[in-house]
Amino acid sequence: MIIPFLAVGITIAVTILICSYRAIYGPGTFNRIIAANVIGTKAIVLLIMVGYIIERPQFIDIALMYAVIAFIGTIIIAKYAERGELCSR
Amino acid sequence: MITGTVGLLKFPDFYTRLHATGKCDTLGQILIIFGCMIYEGFTFITIKLFMVSAFYLLAGPAATHALMKAAYVTGLPVWKKGDKRA
Amino acid sequence: MNMDEVKKDHRAFSILLTFCIMFVFWLLLSAWTVYLPEPYDLSKVARGVISALIVTFLTYEIFIPSRGEKVLLKLGRFIPYLAWELWQIYLATIDVAKRVFGILEVDPRIIEFDTTLRSDFALVTFANSITLTPGTVTIDVDPARGRYTVHAIAKAPADSLTVDQTMQKKVGHVFMEE
Repeated sequence: MIIPFLAVGITIAVTILICSYRAIYGPGTFNRIIAANVIGTKAIVLLIMVGYIIERPQFIDIALMYAVIAFIGTIIIAKYAERGELCSR
Repeated sequence: MITGTVGLLKFPDFYTRLHATGKCDTLGQILIIFGCMIYEGFTFITIKLFMVSAFYLLAGPAATHALMKAAYVTGLPVWKKGDKRA
Repeated sequence: MNMDEVKKDHRAFSILLTFCIMFVFWLLLSAWTVYLPEPYDLSKVARGVISALIVTFLTYEIFIPSRGEKVLLKLGRFIPYLAWELWQIYLATIDVAKRVFGILEVDPRIIEFDTTLRSDFALVTFANSITLTPGTVTIDVDPARGRYTVHAIAKAPADSLTVDQTMQKKVGHVFMEE
């Protein structure tokens, strides 16, 4: 009963590999930030799939924590790239 | 999800790539997690999965908007039709 | 004197409501370890109460917004708008797929326009909706005049935002044209 989850997991892993091309080659800083955000998003779904394959439902909590941390990280990097400093004091 | 990544490779400019990934990734993730919710039935794990997808529905477009505003204010050039690919 | 009493009342109410919501969240997230192995273990529930108390005292000031007028009516109109929003997300993905494979064209431009919305919540909802509609992404919002700077990917979505104005009417209808 784990064959659909295995197929989706392998597809998402291949997608992460394709996206790392943009992370290496993209001219400039901002293209690489997009690639990092996309890889973070794919990693959340990949964690849930691995949780189903190994049959340990605790992986969903890890996925929730990683989603929150990746979102905060993206916003902090965007704020730093916009202003040149993080805290104006 | 696959469409979003192919768009990431194929589009000619930063702003258009942000269009593709921001929208496709949000919907793809919501659909995959919704499929997992239907597979489970009606236990407590369904509520946890629903929270992950609801959080990403709110947070995905917000991150897209933050990145776009940072790039526009810093002065990244916008691609008009007929320019070179960047 | 009257303002202080009103504020203290509002503070107590918001602490109570925030604590209830946080405790319900904790129950939903970890109830299956509390109830299934051995029912009603008191130490685990005590841990949940302490965690909910800590989070409440850190965040109670910003969790409950100050009472606007007719909150229930706005909430009642918000839910069909949410359903329309999910349908637009689906259309947006089909649109991006068509542009990636070359069926429609890619011709980006930047446009600016004004709206009549002024309150915080309405501005944020409209900006999120623009990002989720096919073909447009919000860049900047000016809250004093309601001026939005938007990057559109072709002429058709740009027109549907400035000329037709379907979304401004919908959001104005939900928040009663604030």
